[in-house]
Amino acid sequence: MKAPFKPLVFALGLLPVAWLAGRFWLDDLGVNPIETVNRFLGDWALRFLLIALAVTPVRQWTHWAPLARLRRMLGLYAFFYVCLHMASYIGLDLFFDWQTLWKDVLKRRYITLGMICFVLLVPLAATSTDAMVRWMGGKRWRMLHKLVYPAGCLGVVHFWMMVKADIREPLIYALVLAVLLGWRAVKAFRQNPAGVILGR
Amino acid sequence: LNLAGYQKGEAPAGEKPTPLEAVTTYNNFYEFGTDKDEPARNAPGRLKVRPWEVVVEGECAKPGRLALDDIVKPHRLEERIYRMRCVEGWSMVIPWLGVPLGAVLARFEPTLKAKYVHFTTLADPEQMPGIRSRVLDWPYVEGLRLDEAMHPLTLLAVGLYGAELPAQNGAPLRLVVPWKYGFKSIKSIVAIRFTETQPRSSWMKANPREYGFYSNVNPAVDHPRWSQATERRIGEFRRRDTLMFNGYGDQVAGLYAGMDLKANF
Repeated sequence: MKAPFKPLVFALGLLPVAWLAGRFWLDDLGVNPIETVNRFLGDWALRFLLIALAVTPVRQWTHWAPLARLRRMLGLYAFFYVCLHMASYIGLDLFFDWQTLWKDVLKRRYITLGMICFVLLVPLAATSTDAMVRWMGGKRWRMLHKLVYPAGCLGVVHFWMMVKADIREPLIYALVLAVLLGWRAVKAFRQNPAGVILGR
Repeated sequence: LNLAGYQKGEAPAGEKPTPLEAVTTYNNFYEFGTDKDEPARNAPGRLKVRPWEVVVEGECAKPGRLALDDIVKPHRLEERIYRMRCVEGWSMVIPWLGVPLGAVLARFEPTLKAKYVHFTTLADPEQMPGIRSRVLDWPYVEGLRLDEAMHPLTLLAVGLYGAELPAQNGAPLRLVVPWKYGFKSIKSIVAIRFTETQPRSSWMKANPREYGFYSNVNPAVDHPRWSQATERRIGEFRRRDTLMFNGYGDQVAGLYAGMDLKANF
């Protein structure tokens, strides 16, 4: 289980885009295609964010070390879909109406939170190369990359707040996120209870 | 229901009706599911539209229980091609078929105490799979002020594109109030009640901060989550500006003279 699995996951990560392109090609994006595209990309951004956050817990449960080699790619896929989601919102939905975008970001809390989520992910994507890890040093790099936890929370809250009444779907994402972050919290507490409580 | 011989309507200037396919596959009808395509998949065949009865009660001299035919028959059917603006920021142009609500309500002789009209949608878990999830407080209810209900633009619709209403569009009897957000136009009506006090609609109960009683289309008053300044007409790419009272201000602005529409949203 070595060589082929990274390219395989890389190909799988492109499936949602391919699916979207196929439906566009077949003119099968529904009555409100812009909404369909935007929601689809948002869904996959959040899914990849959760998948990336699941790598470490799953690796430790399964004791299958090679999983660690997928973490960066999956994190970058999350960022990739967040970018596409933003591009479809700004380019398709608002058609580059920057004034409306600015008003939306300031006034609509779910968009504010979505935007903060994006901003938090930018430095993580920018420092994802081996050279950046070396340049920053592992400790500082790991500190910075803890930003993925608030980003995950913001992503889920962003989805939750957008829904009008039927919260079942965002609830599922929230539960998955709670498990993934809760597992880390419990583990950190077990290793160093005083550190968790006192913030050291 | 005999729909033949209805009075033809005219589209608003410069507007083209939204294709029937879009009107009947992109619906908000939470009793059949909260996704836009679920009503079209779940409602036809499940919603039993005959026999259909409507209970009329409350502050009126002639309450009763009427069959669908008895409600509609005494009136001439009219086609009305109206803009429909959803609170979510999309819109359509729909050729409805119906009778003016005011003429129907007048037959029940509302008393002087009748200030509002309260409408109720069917809530039958056997027919409506969405009722099992408690996303709203069932049954769905909506209300209008009596003068809004009596306004000549307000329509009690039984059809669409010259045929009977498809189940997913609120068969067999629904309200159409073109200057208000779409959710005010309650579907599959089973009860009409004249009341002295303002009804509390399902959406007001679900989220009073976001949904008010009036819910007039108003580009100057934003919904907390959607800008109401613009809308996407289904079938078009670019957003267009939303019109005050959905473009029916000439006819309905007088209903709200002197009212602060920011406070009475």
